[in-house]
Amino acid sequence: MPLVVEKIESGTVIDHIPAGMGLKVLEILKIDRNYGARVALMMNVPSKKIGKKDIVKVEGKTLDDKAVNKIALIAPNATLNIIKNSEVVEKKIVQLPKELRGVSKCPNPQCITNFEPIETLFKIENHAEMKFRCFFCEMAFEAKELLL
Amino acid sequence: MEFVKDLISIRDLEKKHIDLILKKSSQMEQALKTGKELNSLKGKVVATLFFEPSTRTRLSFQSAAMRLGAKVLSFEDVGASSIVKGETFSDTIRMVDGYSDLIVVRHSKEGSARYAAQLAEHPVINGGDGGNQHPTQTLLDLYTIKRAKRKIEGLNVTLLGDLKHARTMRSLLYGLAMYGASIELVAPKGLEMNREVIKEVKEKFNANVTEKSTIQLSNTDVLYLCRIQKERFSDQYEAEKVQKEFRITGETIKGAKEDMIILHPLPKVDEVAPEVDRSKHAYYYEQARMGIPVRMAIMDAMVV
Repeated sequence: MPLVVEKIESGTVIDHIPAGMGLKVLEILKIDRNYGARVALMMNVPSKKIGKKDIVKVEGKTLDDKAVNKIALIAPNATLNIIKNSEVVEKKIVQLPKELRGVSKCPNPQCITNFEPIETLFKIENHAEMKFRCFFCEMAFEAKELLL
Repeated sequence: MEFVKDLISIRDLEKKHIDLILKKSSQMEQALKTGKELNSLKGKVVATLFFEPSTRTRLSFQSAAMRLGAKVLSFEDVGASSIVKGETFSDTIRMVDGYSDLIVVRHSKEGSARYAAQLAEHPVINGGDGGNQHPTQTLLDLYTIKRAKRKIEGLNVTLLGDLKHARTMRSLLYGLAMYGASIELVAPKGLEMNREVIKEVKEKFNANVTEKSTIQLSNTDVLYLCRIQKERFSDQYEAEKVQKEFRITGETIKGAKEDMIILHPLPKVDEVAPEVDRSKHAYYYEQARMGIPVRMAIMDAMVV
């Protein structure tokens, strides 16, 4: 039986999240029990594109670039639907950014960015392998390591 | 500008930049030999900020700057500076930037030199940032190899020792790969070169890099050693065993090519037997001397 979830009036729907990553997306959006508006998380929804997927619907939230970049690290093919007056007004496909500014701490404990007040910067090293290199300490990391 | 504004990492350099330094280094060496007075840094102030102990790098930078006519500012003892009062690294750099025309910095944290270059208006040279990079050592290593062998391309170079922690080895592998040398990596188990770095040079330069766990020098043109530190091992018996196994002795170099040279960034402790120091293969003292002309070439290229 298909799952019916009420439409949201204005906010964002994030679709095509790899199955199991929906909770992480909520964490990135800093949505917890104190978030007042409606939130729907659907997990393991059948998908023609990726087999199984998660979907997140959040009312009253628009995503800034930092949040979109963070989502790209765990869901590089997710789609964002911006909803206004119950209509999809914009559709965006999340893309792995060329650089990540201030998105994540550097996982290298010896990196200067962990000791001085510096905005971190990672530059894409290998798109296919989703690897980024820290501009400061020059260590390369997989995208998922940057969100730990 | 023919060279880069800041010298932070070997990754920032293209072959044309390194070629420029190799050429200039040779001119500087010649000038030193003939006693020609050089003054391309006359009226300039070079600051050497060593937050970590160093003898060779600091002294050779200071000597190189003075030989080009510069005055040198320095703190040798972190304990005697404002750092002990809790001054941040960034404040120290900003302040020194106002006092000098070029800053040489060594710091234990990786990426510190890159950060210093972001803060300072004047050029910054990385004198070693933790386990990351030591680009002037790599330039001097490449110059020493080119000087001894007349070329780098096609040479068989063996890098031996703790390849995991030695920043020298990481940068050198990159530089050698850029010039098309064949590189053999020999390291004790657990102290191998970071896979990521090997993959990177293979992809970027189509480099010929092989890994081995035993020493075989019959085909080697250049043997580059670095220290295996006992403190890296939790088991001291294992540490001593490995140190013995990787020690270069008269026996190890038997059967090596007549003109094989041995390099070492120094300081060395007991990884080389005294009979090797006396052999025609030992080239590390010569290598250490090259620190002056190469660092003169670098500063000349950056400030002038």
